[in-house]
Amino acid sequence: MHALRAGADPHAGQAAAAAQGRSASPPGGKVVLGSEEIRRALTRVAHEILERTDGAGDVILLGIPTRGVPLARRLAAGLAEVEGRPAPVGSLDITMYRDDLRLRPARKLGHTDVPPSGVDGRIVVLVDDVLYSGRTVRAALDALNDLGRPRAVQLAVLVDRGHRELPIRPDYVGKNLPTSQREVVQVLVSEIDGEDAVVLGKGPGPSEPEASE
Amino acid sequence: MIRHLISAADLSRDDALLILDTAEELAQVADRPIRKLPTLRGRTVVNLFYEDSTRTRISFEAAAKRLSADVINFSAKGSSVAKGESLKDTALTLEAMGADAVVVRHSASGAPHRLTRWVRGSVVNAGDGTHEHPTQALLDAFTMRRRLGRLDGLRVTIVGDVLHSRVARSNVLLLDTLGAEVTLVAPPTLLPLAVSSWPCEVGYDLDAELPKSDVVMMLRVQAERMNAAYFPTVREYSRRYGLDGNRMALLPDHAIVMHPGPMNRGVEIAAEVADSDRSTIVEQVANGVSIRMAVLYLLLGGSESETERAEAAR
Amino acid sequence: MTDASGESPRAWLIKDAQPLGGPATDLLVRDGVITQAGRGLSAPDAQQLDAAGLIALPGLVDMHTHLREPGREDAETVLTGTAAAALGGFTAVHAMANTDPVADTAGVAEQIWRLGRRAGYCDVRPVGAVTAGLNGSRLAELGAMADSAARVRIFSDDGRCVSDAVLMRRALEYVKAFDGVIAQHAQEPRLTDGAQVNEGEISGRLGLAGWPAVAEEAIIARDCLLAAHVDSALHVCHVSTAGSVEIIRWAKSKGWRVTAEVTPHHLLLTDELACSYDPVYKVNPPLRTAEDVAALRAALADGTIDCVATDHAPHPLEEKESEWQVAAFGMTGLETALRVVHEAMVSTGLLDWAGVADRMSARPALIGRLDGVGAPLHGRALAVGSPANVVLYDPSARDVVDPAQHASRSRNSPFAGMELPGRVQATFLRGNATVLDGKLAR
Repeated sequence: MHALRAGADPHAGQAAAAAQGRSASPPGGKVVLGSEEIRRALTRVAHEILERTDGAGDVILLGIPTRGVPLARRLAAGLAEVEGRPAPVGSLDITMYRDDLRLRPARKLGHTDVPPSGVDGRIVVLVDDVLYSGRTVRAALDALNDLGRPRAVQLAVLVDRGHRELPIRPDYVGKNLPTSQREVVQVLVSEIDGEDAVVLGKGPGPSEPEASE
Repeated sequence: MIRHLISAADLSRDDALLILDTAEELAQVADRPIRKLPTLRGRTVVNLFYEDSTRTRISFEAAAKRLSADVINFSAKGSSVAKGESLKDTALTLEAMGADAVVVRHSASGAPHRLTRWVRGSVVNAGDGTHEHPTQALLDAFTMRRRLGRLDGLRVTIVGDVLHSRVARSNVLLLDTLGAEVTLVAPPTLLPLAVSSWPCEVGYDLDAELPKSDVVMMLRVQAERMNAAYFPTVREYSRRYGLDGNRMALLPDHAIVMHPGPMNRGVEIAAEVADSDRSTIVEQVANGVSIRMAVLYLLLGGSESETERAEAAR
Repeated sequence: MTDASGESPRAWLIKDAQPLGGPATDLLVRDGVITQAGRGLSAPDAQQLDAAGLIALPGLVDMHTHLREPGREDAETVLTGTAAAALGGFTAVHAMANTDPVADTAGVAEQIWRLGRRAGYCDVRPVGAVTAGLNGSRLAELGAMADSAARVRIFSDDGRCVSDAVLMRRALEYVKAFDGVIAQHAQEPRLTDGAQVNEGEISGRLGLAGWPAVAEEAIIARDCLLAAHVDSALHVCHVSTAGSVEIIRWAKSKGWRVTAEVTPHHLLLTDELACSYDPVYKVNPPLRTAEDVAALRAALADGTIDCVATDHAPHPLEEKESEWQVAAFGMTGLETALRVVHEAMVSTGLLDWAGVADRMSARPALIGRLDGVGAPLHGRALAVGSPANVVLYDPSARDVVDPAQHASRSRNSPFAGMELPGRVQATFLRGNATVLDGKLAR
């Protein structure tokens, strides 16, 4: 399923990375998932979604900014390849619903884009890059609640690094990655960072503002 | 982010764009079945309105409530203020009530500035005398960007009583910060003496400016100014500086017409213009709520910064 | 300060003072008069005062002060105001007439004069109103005030302008009979309706109604011409603009009897300060631009402006703590005047101490007719035979102005928090020490 491979043009990702001002090579840390492994994981997740939702007929994928969004798009493309029908995909920014707003200066908002079909009566699959404390997902559930009433909400993540602080569990996991709390998990996606990789490093480095918790 | 919003000059280009982009996101809330976000839950926003202004007050109130903040309305009429309580004492009362933000409209230029000395929360200027009205300028810029897709290099013509207009001052400052080109058009009596030091052009001939304008913003002109000899008659003012159907036809096809309200139909703007498709007057109102939500969120939605904590401790 | 017998010393030996900044000199003061001046004087019966390092100036004379009594004793009284004056080095002050009731009759003028005598800190010269009740429409009984015990010679509606041209002409003519002077507060009222700050870049930016320079200059020009036409004496209060300076210079060049004063705050502060909207900077006439300040300094230096006058205008806290529009106009100034002139004129090399003595003592005394006949003698040189009105000033001191320490009842000083040079160490009024060691002596 080549649609799930990061962008056909190898230079497009580099250009994007350069535009972002980031170097293309991973910062200090170990690559625990390379681009091939990521592709395979996303392929498997797409199939799992199709299975569990009986063909994904009324599934809508909502990526959580920032990196959940390109991942959601790749999953949507993957679903479309198998079923022949495009799956509605969008984004759900959760900044306004965070429980830790008062700890840092007011943050820039991410973009929320709900497909015209809406969420009422649908199966919403939230998509994020890393599942950690579960607080981001909790916020996403609250945000979703104000948008409508889905029939069901499921969660797909590329990496589950453990250390849940809330009773939240994923439905679809790309890779389980046991970590210590002192470690930092960084997901790079070619649409934003110029390459696909999951990097495990030592913290506390520069904090990851979009890191899911 | 800054702590108080008193003047449009308080905002850097980045600050201003952040507010506009945030408002863009928050505008969606108006179309949802549940028009609420939990972000400012437990925070208290006080509307301190010494001047009657139902529209602006309601706009701020809607913005605060959509962010789940508690709103306390304090209007000067019939209150302790009418009984002679000073601005300072009112401020100290609000401080004691734990106001996180005070949105203030006052007839005295500089009143919000004075308030910052007496309250620890954020002060948002909702219009002070003839000084500034920064959220109006923000919603105006937001409206322009939404309608025309850009602000850089946009040619904006502002027409009317600039001398007494806080909207004009804020707009000139903000539009300059955002890269637009502003031209003020008015009779010389209604322009400040030192307007040549402002970051804008000045003209006395409205007809000459209209074909070059992407945006025309009409300011309200009070008929009473005639009695202080700012112009001879309302008729002459309207003839030389009013935007009627004929003048509207001089505008390029894409150009829009704006007005901060309330309008004097027939004085500075003809009814047919106000009701035309070019007019953004109605959407300016909706945009006002989104902008004010963005301002309240950015001022109150995060932690107090290091500097604010240090200041509060002093 | 009293000697062993509990009375004020009748003789003082001031040692090593520097009169007008000159070489160290001893001054012997006896029975209110300077009896000797020289080096190495000795007078065993005299109270000694070590004035090494201190500049001696003749007692300062203020042509323009608001003592507020009668009527506004919450802001200041004759007692507190003259105490403030003494601390500022003043031995005589002219008290403006805009009290309540207005000083437009012999009775009120005499009341103020007596209060001054009783307080004893400095000589109080009441200024009489030009028009009854300051209403600008009918002359007050100028003759009665001139004949009263207060011997009024300066007349002013200060606070308001005598804007009616005919009335101003009549007033200028009328006072010739008793060598009076009309002191005009130049402010065309129609051009300054609701005015708050200088009209200029700042007023446009701040959204405050402007007070245009022309409103002052047009009146001054008119009054100079009137004074010339009727051959009378005009004094211009608180000159604040470069344009006003030009007009006064021109009038003087024609030999017309025009004199002028400038306030300390107009020599140092500009309208930029209004940007904080703090009404402590709100004053009438308003603070102007840096160009105006420069022109005023140059004019004081070359004598086009004759003297410094404080326009000390005390206001209670509640009138200065509000929003700008609503706040009262005015700044205190008696206790900071000499220090501000030091900073603005002496430190900048524009005026030496002899010049300061001329502009802050000799000329104001002359204009005020403090000639020893109708009123006590002031403004004389520090020489043998002169009345012992002396100020001892430490030019090397330096500290931050703190209005909470002032003797004035009011705290509205625009210099609060500002570091200024100098300190008045002692003030003598006809040989009696009103201030010693920088503090009130009585």
